[in-house]
Amino acid sequence: MDDYQIDETVDITDVVCPVTFVKAKVALEELSEGQILAIRLNDGEPVQNVPRSMKEEGHKVLKLIDNTDSTYTLIVRKAGE
Amino acid sequence: MAVDYKALKNGGFMRQVQKDTFSLRLKSVGGNLSADQLITIAETARRYGDGYVHLTSRQGVEIPFIKLADIDAVKETLSQGEVFTGVCGPRVRTVTACQGSAICPSGCIDTYPLAIAISERYFGQELPHKFKFGLTGCQNNCLKAEENDLGIKGGYTVHWREEQCTLCGVCVKTCRQSAISIADEKIQFAAERCNHCGRCVKSCPFDAWQGESGYLLSFGGTFGNLIAKGEEFLPIIRDQETLLRIADAALSFFERYGKSSERFRVAIERTGWATFKQAMEDAYHG
Repeated sequence: MDDYQIDETVDITDVVCPVTFVKAKVALEELSEGQILAIRLNDGEPVQNVPRSMKEEGHKVLKLIDNTDSTYTLIVRKAGE
Repeated sequence: MAVDYKALKNGGFMRQVQKDTFSLRLKSVGGNLSADQLITIAETARRYGDGYVHLTSRQGVEIPFIKLADIDAVKETLSQGEVFTGVCGPRVRTVTACQGSAICPSGCIDTYPLAIAISERYFGQELPHKFKFGLTGCQNNCLKAEENDLGIKGGYTVHWREEQCTLCGVCVKTCRQSAISIADEKIQFAAERCNHCGRCVKSCPFDAWQGESGYLLSFGGTFGNLIAKGEEFLPIIRDQETLLRIADAALSFFERYGKSSERFRVAIERTGWATFKQAMEDAYHG
């Protein structure tokens, strides 16, 4: 299942919506198409909204991992422009 | 010759406080006007009005300060630009809509074609009192469906596809009805709690939730002198044919039971909700 290699990680647990999405988006922009970003995000609004925003932007969500400390790690593969 | 102000009002010419001056209500459907129509409206406002338009509370455009003597010329100018006058008085009014699923990521139904179909079928139809249709694409309810005599709200009938699911838990977090949980390595879905909002479908990263579009109807909303929320009591409707059959039945009910100058809700309350609900349920079952 874990047939991906993380190229970059970003922690968005220090910001709130909508900056969560902005910070994740900026991190993705640094990557090339096909590269993998791991996003650490908080429970609550971020986990409800950020995966959906990534999907709507056309990126491929590979996995959501529950870190069992009220945070999650979302693994996203960057889509082309 | 005496001026028939009532006829003018019915045709969208709303009498102003200034003598022989009218605010002209234009026809719009679902809040959309083309760029060319806007140019025609702007030119008309500049030439025959006071150089501005008023945006109404129901997605309409009015051109104030039209003079009585110019009415025919204004109608002619507008119709050449494919802009038509609206209606007022006891009849079906402008059909309003949000942008729906064709534009908005939250939308569960394609509102605009449906608004056109409803407008073509009912716009201007005479009834005991005004009658408003409003269409909103999802539970976010940007268009405030329940304010309308007949509100239409988009929703999804959802279903879970185990083979796509990774049990990531996003849907459990996203569902505001607490209808989704995870137990025994499976998604547990309490369908009776589902309000058809479709957030599980929209948020699922793996497309493990599928949603089929449908319509949730509310009846008897009014937000003027009397403020009351439209009542929702039918199950979600899956096809336009059924929707229109129910709308036909609602308007027939109003024609049959409504007294002149009585709003739809008042007619329902006087006749009895039980009778009304029965009529709508009969139409629902066809």
